[in-house]
Amino acid sequence: MNPQTINLAIGNAGHIFVIISFVASILATYAYGKAAVNNEIGKDSWVSFGRKIFIAHGVAVIAAAVTLFLIIYNHNFEYHYAWSHSSVNLAVHYMIACFWEGQEGSFLIWTLWNALLGFVLIGTNKKWEAPVMTVFALVQVFLTSMILGIVIGDFKLGSSPFILLRDVLSDARFLINPNFVPEDGTGLNPLLQNYWMVIHPPMTFLGFSLTLVPFSFCIAGLWRKDFTDWIRPALPWTIFGGVILGTAIIMGGYWAYETLNFGGYWNWDPVENAVYVPWLVLIASMHTMIVFKKSETALKTSIVLVISTFLLILYATFLTRSGILGNASVHSFTDLGLSGQLLVYLFVFLIGAIALAAIRWKHIPTSEKEASTYSREFWIFIGALTLCLMAFQVIVPTSFPVFNSIIEAFGGISSLAQPANQVEFYSQWQLWFAIAIALLSGTGQFFFWQKMDKEKLKSALALPIIVSLLLSALIFTTAKIYNPVYIAILVAGVYSIVSNSNILINLFRSRSYKLTGGSVAHIGIAMILLGIMFSEGYSRVLSKNLTRKISNDLTEEQNNNMVILFLNDPKPVAGYQLLYKSEGLSARGIPGYIKKSFLAETNDPHYKVAIQPIIQEGIKYAALGDTLYFRTPENTYHEVEYTSMSSGKKFTLYPRTQKNENMGQTIVSPDIKKQWNRDIYTYVALSNDFEDEFTQWSEKEIIKVDSIGQRFFINDYVAIYNGFERIPSVPFANLSPKDVAVRANITVFAEGGNNYTLQPLYVIQDNFERKRTLMNQEIASRLTFESINPQDGSVQFGIQTTQKDYIIIQSLEKPQINILWIGTIIMIIGFIIATRRRYIEFVKMRDKGFA
Amino acid sequence: MKKSSLIGIVVIAIAIAVIVSTSSSASSYVTFDEAYTLSENGKSGSIHVVGELKKNSGGQIVGVQPSSDMLTVEFILVDENQKEQKVFLNSPMPSDLLNSEKVVVIGGYKNDRFMADKVLLKCPSKYEETSL
Repeated sequence: MNPQTINLAIGNAGHIFVIISFVASILATYAYGKAAVNNEIGKDSWVSFGRKIFIAHGVAVIAAAVTLFLIIYNHNFEYHYAWSHSSVNLAVHYMIACFWEGQEGSFLIWTLWNALLGFVLIGTNKKWEAPVMTVFALVQVFLTSMILGIVIGDFKLGSSPFILLRDVLSDARFLINPNFVPEDGTGLNPLLQNYWMVIHPPMTFLGFSLTLVPFSFCIAGLWRKDFTDWIRPALPWTIFGGVILGTAIIMGGYWAYETLNFGGYWNWDPVENAVYVPWLVLIASMHTMIVFKKSETALKTSIVLVISTFLLILYATFLTRSGILGNASVHSFTDLGLSGQLLVYLFVFLIGAIALAAIRWKHIPTSEKEASTYSREFWIFIGALTLCLMAFQVIVPTSFPVFNSIIEAFGGISSLAQPANQVEFYSQWQLWFAIAIALLSGTGQFFFWQKMDKEKLKSALALPIIVSLLLSALIFTTAKIYNPVYIAILVAGVYSIVSNSNILINLFRSRSYKLTGGSVAHIGIAMILLGIMFSEGYSRVLSKNLTRKISNDLTEEQNNNMVILFLNDPKPVAGYQLLYKSEGLSARGIPGYIKKSFLAETNDPHYKVAIQPIIQEGIKYAALGDTLYFRTPENTYHEVEYTSMSSGKKFTLYPRTQKNENMGQTIVSPDIKKQWNRDIYTYVALSNDFEDEFTQWSEKEIIKVDSIGQRFFINDYVAIYNGFERIPSVPFANLSPKDVAVRANITVFAEGGNNYTLQPLYVIQDNFERKRTLMNQEIASRLTFESINPQDGSVQFGIQTTQKDYIIIQSLEKPQINILWIGTIIMIIGFIIATRRRYIEFVKMRDKGFA
Repeated sequence: MKKSSLIGIVVIAIAIAVIVSTSSSASSYVTFDEAYTLSENGKSGSIHVVGELKKNSGGQIVGVQPSSDMLTVEFILVDENQKEQKVFLNSPMPSDLLNSEKVVVIGGYKNDRFMADKVLLKCPSKYEETSL
């Protein structure tokens, strides 16, 4: 295929699919709206027209998504989206991640999920179809408008993912040849080249989409004055949304833990908060909806919370995509000029939903009687309230950039910044709320399953309280937990696990397996709480450097949490000997990492030549002179060996640094040693770069070598001279037949029995000497081939040395972090059991004709 | 008193406490002079100052000095009012410090010296790339 032809057809097709889906969603809104007003169901004319149009809309959305993926997959770099998010050397599974790296693609995946959920709702609902799908189609109008990319005068509606590169960039090459296609894209952000980034974003957007389902049912109920019936069909979707969004949040945390170097899985970053807040409110709404199903109370609360959840999702979208967060976040998308459109989207639903609820408010049935302190309604209501307060505490500081903008819009000056120590600031509040949640989730379950009074409650709670106090006492004496706050968390968490297990056992005894969702999920949540308490509260810096001076200018001494490791120079750190052994790269088809000193550069960074046979785990993978392919040459892996000083057991970690020219920054990722009771988390804070300006090289020392086999020293390492040879070509110059290129062979014996081959070159081109400096980082030396004496065959080398190669690392211990991950899985199982139960209830009632 | 009013009062009390704690922990972007005044008034940590690294007439960055053991670094930051200030950072030099367009230092004055606990860098990002 000629790379200089532009495939216009595929982009035009994609653009047309988006336009079709936009127009179809408008028509579907109208048709379904008509049907809803006319109370139509099944095969009535408006409802069946709306259905057909919505299906056409969905098919067009699917087609647009497929088209965008094909553009990325086929490396159509004439398109801006492929060029700016992908590259030739990208692995196929990361091309999926390219799809949602950009704003447009992530709007598309969100639209796609909504369309697919719409299909499911059309297939499973009868009387709710028309009003619910009206809301769905209206949301789709706004979402598809985001990727329309239509410009009328100065007015721009949406940003199309199908736009050509030449229409975005003004570059002279397009003037010369409008059909110019770059050979490669700029690539996917290396931070996103992680398997979690293939799954975390679509999970998040599925979670976003799922909040639309209960919202649509709620609006439909208010609209049709069917104030109570919407809860049953909406509830399974709320629970399902809770598990998808919750899992997505934790997946994002796991990605951050594995990929970013801030030392934890949760940083209270505004973007994390923007999803955490709606999730909390969603969980609150789920509980009040369950209460309503049991006892016809909390209807108004449910309506408020369901609407709030959806509006908070829109608010989160606005925060992350309008560019308002600016520098406050690690994620934030670039501003595509969609802020206005996003605000319209937000305000239409904000005003619309609030107005509708306000108009209907006094017609909504309420139960007048005050809930008794011994009723489940009371306790679940308190729980939901606590969740909302948790959300409130997080959303206020997260909204600082919004407050600043609003104040500035009115001419004021505001420069509120996030609290400097975000983690401490949020945690001090959230942990007390979490303790309350744990206690409520433990106690509420007893009220949930039976009628309670004072006496019954005492007898029901006695056993779990005694057991959990004993268990907690056992744990805090063995784990040496003396912080009173952590003891409170421990007791609350253990109590929640014990009392929910108590309920679970009773449900198993009565063979009510289907009803176990709540208690299983609560056990999972309590385990997550305990896992967070241990892994964060007792996170310990292993690489502690006690009382050292910060600078010669300063007298005060401060602790420092890093250690410097010189190559091949072991250092004791917290009961381990740490040894920095090598810097390696990952080559295709070869396990492990290949030392940089074994490789010579070529003109393409993706290809390097082995200057030594590559032997990994006793198997020879490449011979001298073989060219190897490196998919990600910007990734350097630092081999750090831990040897336990008590047991002598060893393990090796490979923390990674990425020097990425495209990103203009160095990115550091940790490596984690997983043990049953803890993780050891290590990252490289700073790695030495011999090329940078801070490297101080010694004066050049000239060494004369007379004969083959002669030994000499380079930076105190023994070296043997093995003679020189003429070579036909060199990579850095085009030699004519008159020119001469000579290569010397030197073997250096370094630590640990490692030998390195050094091959400095001596070139005479057009009667000029050309010397190349050869750097070997393992022996921290530079070598030049200075001269050859034709009389006696002796040679001279120039040697410069510097400080040995080093890395500065931080090593952290995260105790009992596995409780957090196991708790997550248990929580997911609980949610799924609950979703299934509520869905079966809905289907039974629907088939009786109630929905 | 009705239970619901009691709950209402508790909720409002917590909400007010949240707002008070938020506004007292919020930090703000200031200049070095303002930061100094803040420190004089007893606020020693968590002040954000935005600036650029000092450059000589040739446009080269000057005054960046890692300590001999490389574990800490000091550099000169020029704030919006062109005030120069030596900043001490108790961690290794961030690898992109020299490439950064803007530097946010978070910390405070201790004995007339600006001690940064954290440094945020604004690097030229690939997303602002406008050429091939």
